[in-house]
Amino acid sequence: MKLTLMRTAAFLAGTAFVIIGVMRGEAGEVLEKAVRICLECIGIG
Amino acid sequence: MSRMHRDRVKRHSRLRFAIQLAAAALSNGYAAGFAEKTIFTGRSKAVCLPVLNCYSCPAALGSCPIGAMQAVANGTRHSISFYVLGTLTLFGVIFGRLICGFLCPFGFVQDLLYKLPTPKLKVPRRADKLLRYLKYVILAVFVILLPALLSDRFGLGEPWFCKYICPAGTLEGGIPHILMNEKLRALAGALFWWKLGVLIAVLAASVFISRPFCRYLCPLGAFYSLFNRFSLYRMKVDDKKCIGCGKCDDCCPMAVDVRKDINCGECIRCGRCRAVCPANAIDRAGLTDSPAAERETT
Ligand code: SF4
Ligand code: SF4
Repeated sequence: MKLTLMRTAAFLAGTAFVIIGVMRGEAGEVLEKAVRICLECIGIG
Repeated sequence: MSRMHRDRVKRHSRLRFAIQLAAAALSNGYAAGFAEKTIFTGRSKAVCLPVLNCYSCPAALGSCPIGAMQAVANGTRHSISFYVLGTLTLFGVIFGRLICGFLCPFGFVQDLLYKLPTPKLKVPRRADKLLRYLKYVILAVFVILLPALLSDRFGLGEPWFCKYICPAGTLEGGIPHILMNEKLRALAGALFWWKLGVLIAVLAASVFISRPFCRYLCPLGAFYSLFNRFSLYRMKVDDKKCIGCGKCDDCCPMAVDVRKDINCGECIRCGRCRAVCPANAIDRAGLTDSPAAERETT
């Protein structure tokens, strides 16, 4: 019972977060960052 | 070990190797990036992969969730990324750390290094237990707090984990770009050498200790570990079948106390314990098995 509850809560929260994130334009922000070489990631700074 | 049993262990390790190889190749499927000396710029990069895989790798087809989380927090609009958090929560609740055991390219690299025939080190239990907490500190401080709270006068922050720690970024992004691009090579300074040092330390440790980065440092592994106890995919040990030989504990790459707590946050669901168990006492847990029944069902 507790297991089902935790899973359901996590599913609902995860789905809601993704929807909120996409609506706030975060997928676009991620794309913007990911299509340029990230100088910090590669150690240039 | 009987012949049939040995074959089962071999079959399992071959299958897992094939899946890990395929996952690494799929996450980094844009081989042309190396020839073009650039990175992939298609729309699939808006999608967060569930694994630690640098999006500045010339061949990466998707985004690294840990990089993406910091990228959103670094901007001026949001201090936390619901998009990334939600994606990881969904993967976590379905798979838990199965992703670490089968899909993550950086986990795969560590597994390959550990196969080198050298003497192996067993981290003392107390030290191992303490060091495991480090990855949660890294997740909280370097991935969430510092990128969200510290910003310059334009309101822009830094990706602290990517910049100062991530060895996957150095391996998949840093080294290829520095080798391919003369201009970037000229810009490489103290930071690059620091990151190279971190990478070398992690790779060297991986030869002697199994999965040191996953055990002690990885913020993504830390996040998924929060779901291991209740994710859809879990494991169970049947106490009635167990003969107490301890082979499961001996073979576990994450030093899990297999018979006591197989679904703890450290288990990467690699399935090795299940394959080596001579009594077939270890199996996948059913969807409805309660956590209390994980050690005695059937
Ligand atoms: S702990 Fe991190 S590096 Fe290790 S397999 Fe999991 S996601 Fe990959
Ligand atoms: S407990 Fe079993 S499945 Fe989990 S990491 Fe250890 S050997 Fe792999």
